[in-house]
Amino acid sequence: MVAITVPVAAPTAAGGVVKVAARGVDVFYGAKQALVAVDLDIAEHQVTALIGPSGCGKSTFLRCLNRMNDTIEGCRVTGSITLDGQDLYARTIDVVQVRSRVGMVFQKPNPFPKSVYDNVAYGPRIHGLARDRAELDAIVETSLKLASLWSEVKDRLGEPGTSLSGGQQQRLCIARAIAVSPEVILMDEPCSALDPIATAHIEELIDELKTNFTIAIVTHNMQQAARVSQYTAFFHLGRLVEFGDTAAVFTNPRETMTQDYITGRFG
Amino acid sequence: MTDVLARDLARARNPAVAARRAHRRRAAEARFRAASVAGTAVALLTLVVLLVALVGQGLDGLRATRVALDVAFDAATVDPDGTGDPAVIAKADFNALVKEALRARFPDVTTRQDRKRLNGLVSSGALYELRDMLLDDPGVIGTTQRVWLPASDDVDQFAKGHIDRAASEAERRVSDQEIAWLDALEADEALQTRFSRIFFTAGDSREPELAGIRGALVGSLLTMAVTAIIAFPLGVATAIYLEEFAPRNRWTDLIEVNINNLAAVPSIVFGLLGLAIFLNVVGLPRSAPLVGGLVLALMSLPVIIIAGRAALTAVPPSIREAARGVGASPLQVVAHHVLPLAMPGILTGTIIAMARALGETAPLLMIGMVAFVVDVPTGPMDAATVLPVQIYLWADSPERAFVGKTAAAIVVLLGFLITMNGVAVYLRRRFEVKW
Ligand SMILES: Nc1ncnc2c1ncn2[C@@H]1O[C@H](COP(=O)(O)OP(=O)(O)O)[C@@H](O)[C@H]1O
Ligand SMILES: [Mg+2]
Repeated sequence: MVAITVPVAAPTAAGGVVKVAARGVDVFYGAKQALVAVDLDIAEHQVTALIGPSGCGKSTFLRCLNRMNDTIEGCRVTGSITLDGQDLYARTIDVVQVRSRVGMVFQKPNPFPKSVYDNVAYGPRIHGLARDRAELDAIVETSLKLASLWSEVKDRLGEPGTSLSGGQQQRLCIARAIAVSPEVILMDEPCSALDPIATAHIEELIDELKTNFTIAIVTHNMQQAARVSQYTAFFHLGRLVEFGDTAAVFTNPRETMTQDYITGRFG
Repeated sequence: MTDVLARDLARARNPAVAARRAHRRRAAEARFRAASVAGTAVALLTLVVLLVALVGQGLDGLRATRVALDVAFDAATVDPDGTGDPAVIAKADFNALVKEALRARFPDVTTRQDRKRLNGLVSSGALYELRDMLLDDPGVIGTTQRVWLPASDDVDQFAKGHIDRAASEAERRVSDQEIAWLDALEADEALQTRFSRIFFTAGDSREPELAGIRGALVGSLLTMAVTAIIAFPLGVATAIYLEEFAPRNRWTDLIEVNINNLAAVPSIVFGLLGLAIFLNVVGLPRSAPLVGGLVLALMSLPVIIIAGRAALTAVPPSIREAARGVGASPLQVVAHHVLPLAMPGILTGTIIAMARALGETAPLLMIGMVAFVVDVPTGPMDAATVLPVQIYLWADSPERAFVGKTAAAIVVLLGFLITMNGVAVYLRRRFEVKW
């Protein structure tokens, strides 16, 4: 077993503002521990990539950030996670509000079996973000434009979201997440079910989105992590092994394990 | 090792072996298809035979024989004081009018015995028709009108050819004398068998020619309404709670096991439960659709809950995650996404449970719904019976004329079922979501 040093948070050193800060996060599924003492800062208006072999706890960590783990029976989270300095796990916090501030895009595109329009409009509707139909239309249009899907679907807003292609569906899901104006968007392997062209589309999109949102993305694709992210965190067996500037992690990793992983020697 | 592999490869790639395999596969498929077709054909044939027999007999039960008589609405009998008051007219002796009309038609019948027989040609329900006729139009008082009056069930059976004229007099229910009268009426074109509304407008009766399905139909409708109103929301709510909100622990496991067991409990036990609780403890009236509906709701609940849970589980978890991901509350997740997607399945389960409840007799025996009820119920607290019980009662009656009624009642019950299923299909279509 390799000795693992706990890394020092890097983004602050790089001059960014910390949006989400995790300190000493342990996650248990029943008796099984999935994350061990994770300290990680996610910088505002930057893309942070989470990499690591399957089962190392990337998704688990991501789901802690919007309390999606709450719905899993037997899942327990300890430690502290703050959003703009506010403890996400405080007793007084409203989980539903957390999720409207921290949106999520899943591995498999999962549009609602409703029209394209209703998919995007659903979030704003339940949160009362639009006062009338015109405002809602505007939100839908803006969100679809931000997700660079507008030109492809503007004539078929009434068609079911499930009738779009895989890549379009995933961008629809991104638009749906954007529509509630979250501050942070979590993406769990958003391209793993897509073809290379759709993947390129989404990667481009992620780069544009960071001006308005803070993004954390899980990916198994090292090139993708290198292309889209400013910071990279490498997880292994539930521990955060290395975290830092993406360029530094990929060109000059501190840990040999990181080196081995990104060069494809294991994982 | 490699030898084995080489041998297997050679065998697998041998065209003769492959051809034999394909042949066997095709033969198996053909056998399977033939068996399926045969099975379906047998099922269809049985269904057709059943329907043809039922509809044939049922149509017979829908036709009724009537006798035309010149009834003199004698003012002295109907309204002696000339009041024109409906209350007085309603109490008049209409039986006397019928008897008088018969006597006028067959003046040479004199003995008491023969008179009685003659009066027996016309149904005892005739007087109500005369009464209603007069109440509708008091203008006919003092005139003589030709009126088609319902014949008694024996006359009806004879007119329909169910009584053999050639049989010896002792073996048939109509005497030679009666046949002679009927032939005379027939010759005057005063005897006719045609479609009768009575079956659909009347409640039960001891006289087959006056018995109708309406009481039982309304009873079934009321009972089903109570069942649906109670079992559907309760069942769906329970399914949602257990599936979406309840923690998994020993208690919920226990509840789940018990619900599954309840679904298999014989229905008569629910009847006993209803008797003990709704009648003896709560003190609700016997024979009431409310109680019947409650009992059937208890019986249907486990089925609806189980079907509901199955439908809810079938909704992909990704939809729940997607909804939560944009900040939908647990209630919103269920109400906006999970429930609408599960609705077709829930409705299917509910309809299956309701169809079973509709055909149920045993638990209703326990709460007094087998009673002989003449009046059509007007509310869930009135004494009533239901279609299957009515079928049972009629099938059990000795009169030959109830055979047709029984068949017609079965057709009505089947029609009810088909309507219910039709509604279910419609609702399912409406809720169905294209993926
Ligand atoms: N719902 C769950 N219940 C129990 N164990 C889980 C659950 N989800 C994940 N795990 C376990 O937690 C560990 C981390 O899983 P995950 O975060 O999904 O890994 P990754 O996304 O990095 O592949 C794995 O060992 C996995 O088996
Ligand atoms: Mg994962």
